[in-house]
Amino acid sequence: MKIKLQQIAHARSGDKGAHSNAGLLFTSPEIYAWAKTNLTSQLIKNHFKSIAKGDIIRYEMDNLLALNFILGDSLGGGGSESLINDAQGKTHGQALLLLEVDFPDELLQFVKEN
Amino acid sequence: MKRIVRIGNGQGFWGDSIDAPVHLAKGGPLDYLTLDYLAEVTLSIMQRQKLKNPQAGYARDFLDMVKRILPEITEKGIKVITNAGGVNPQSCREKLIELAAASGKNIKIGVIQGDDIFPDLKALIGKGIDFKNIDTGESIDSIIDKVYSANVYINSFTIAEALEQGAQIVLAGRVSDPGLALGPCIYEYGWKETDFNLLASGTLAGHITECGAQCTGGNYSDWKSVPYLAGVGYPIIEMQADGQFCITKHKGTGGLVNRETVGEQILYEMGDPAHYISPDVCVDFTSFNLTDKEKNRVSVENVKGFEATDTYKVSISYFAGYKASGQLTISGPDALEKAKLTAQIIWERLSKAGYTFEDTSTEFLGVSSCHGEINAQPEQINEVVLRLGVRDQNKDKVNRFGKEIAPVITSGPPGVTGFSGGRPKAQEIVAYWPALIPKEFVHTTVDVL
Repeated sequence: MKIKLQQIAHARSGDKGAHSNAGLLFTSPEIYAWAKTNLTSQLIKNHFKSIAKGDIIRYEMDNLLALNFILGDSLGGGGSESLINDAQGKTHGQALLLLEVDFPDELLQFVKEN
Repeated sequence: MKRIVRIGNGQGFWGDSIDAPVHLAKGGPLDYLTLDYLAEVTLSIMQRQKLKNPQAGYARDFLDMVKRILPEITEKGIKVITNAGGVNPQSCREKLIELAAASGKNIKIGVIQGDDIFPDLKALIGKGIDFKNIDTGESIDSIIDKVYSANVYINSFTIAEALEQGAQIVLAGRVSDPGLALGPCIYEYGWKETDFNLLASGTLAGHITECGAQCTGGNYSDWKSVPYLAGVGYPIIEMQADGQFCITKHKGTGGLVNRETVGEQILYEMGDPAHYISPDVCVDFTSFNLTDKEKNRVSVENVKGFEATDTYKVSISYFAGYKASGQLTISGPDALEKAKLTAQIIWERLSKAGYTFEDTSTEFLGVSSCHGEINAQPEQINEVVLRLGVRDQNKDKVNRFGKEIAPVITSGPPGVTGFSGGRPKAQEIVAYWPALIPKEFVHTTVDVL
């Protein structure tokens, strides 16, 4: 079924020079395993195409059940020279949670109810 | 040796809550209070304050805060570790001693210096250090005559040394943010420079708490589950000699500490997690276990670290021109279309008057400023805030932009308001230039009075 990442993940973002990072934290190993296979850099690049002008780098953190994405050139230049409202990428984590994905029904049982 | 050392962080950045440190000091058991007053360009502001007044150049807020917790420092024995000394820790110390004396108290204060290499920058370049920008690879030649400040992120053993000499407050200079928490661990447990896993533990603990309430329920994805954010408790590290630690907060405070609130913060500003480089050690953020213990208590075990690099990072700030931004609220039918027209009118009038800029921005707050085109546009937009900005080396040009915002209220489409606070004025841009310096060129000193 179609879901948004906000239903299965937590996110936090911040700045890294001219880039931002957006990390995704999952609450079950089963969902993390699905995410590792399915949340590719290409998928994230497409989602952020109106924000990130540069490359997407993906890092895996098996110990935390987390993925970390570097969103290249996403801050209007970055630092104090940037003119944009969110010059530090504080909101990019929330933007990531809006990504709609095809999620397997059999994994729904692992989604933590809030 | 203490079995458990409690280290609370009451200040995540310059401008964070002025009450949080006081609540940490008075609200329950605590051994150390860490306070981060510096952002990347804060030191440049302090450097310029000091140029105007040789007695200035440190965080004045810190003096007011110490006044409020003086009994906790002198009677309860809480020690304060901070970078509030800025570029003038000596003057900061004099003021602290004065304010303690006014209450009839003696207080021992350690000052760490050697991080400020601004006066030596050209001499160091002469010795062959290139200070090229580690993000962009650019040569420092282009900015060398515009530099405001240059500070080295020094290691945390200096903090331990100041504590060893009896300091109750340590004015730590530009140590790394996590280093403020690592320093007391080194002192309490006698950790050595080659204890890579232990140094990594202390660094990770400091990373988790360095942004204050961001690990205790602030800025948390599942915000609906967080109780009483108005009274959020700031974080406390409970460190053990073997490097295992818990993150918690004082009893009776608001907020939430669990695997997810702490886990999110671990991801904050993360680059390559397997190679988190600090002045003291390289930390492998893919190594440890993060486990919920009891309510509002998370434990961290088995952190792995390896040898630090042979360079320190240098934070250089420099003058990079001027910028200004202004905004208008556009309401009513076709609000977004009218906002787009309003922007077009302003830019066209500036262009007709002969003004172009190095960079401009046009944003529609309420529609797309944070998330671009990720969201579909809502069918009906009641109102939108138009935010325009310019950047240029020429201050007069930037100020001319500021004069073109208000006229459109009476000479553009209808329903435009929200222009208050006068014309936007050109603000100086102080930009950040990260570089490296070989460790052998940095000489730190510690003295306690």
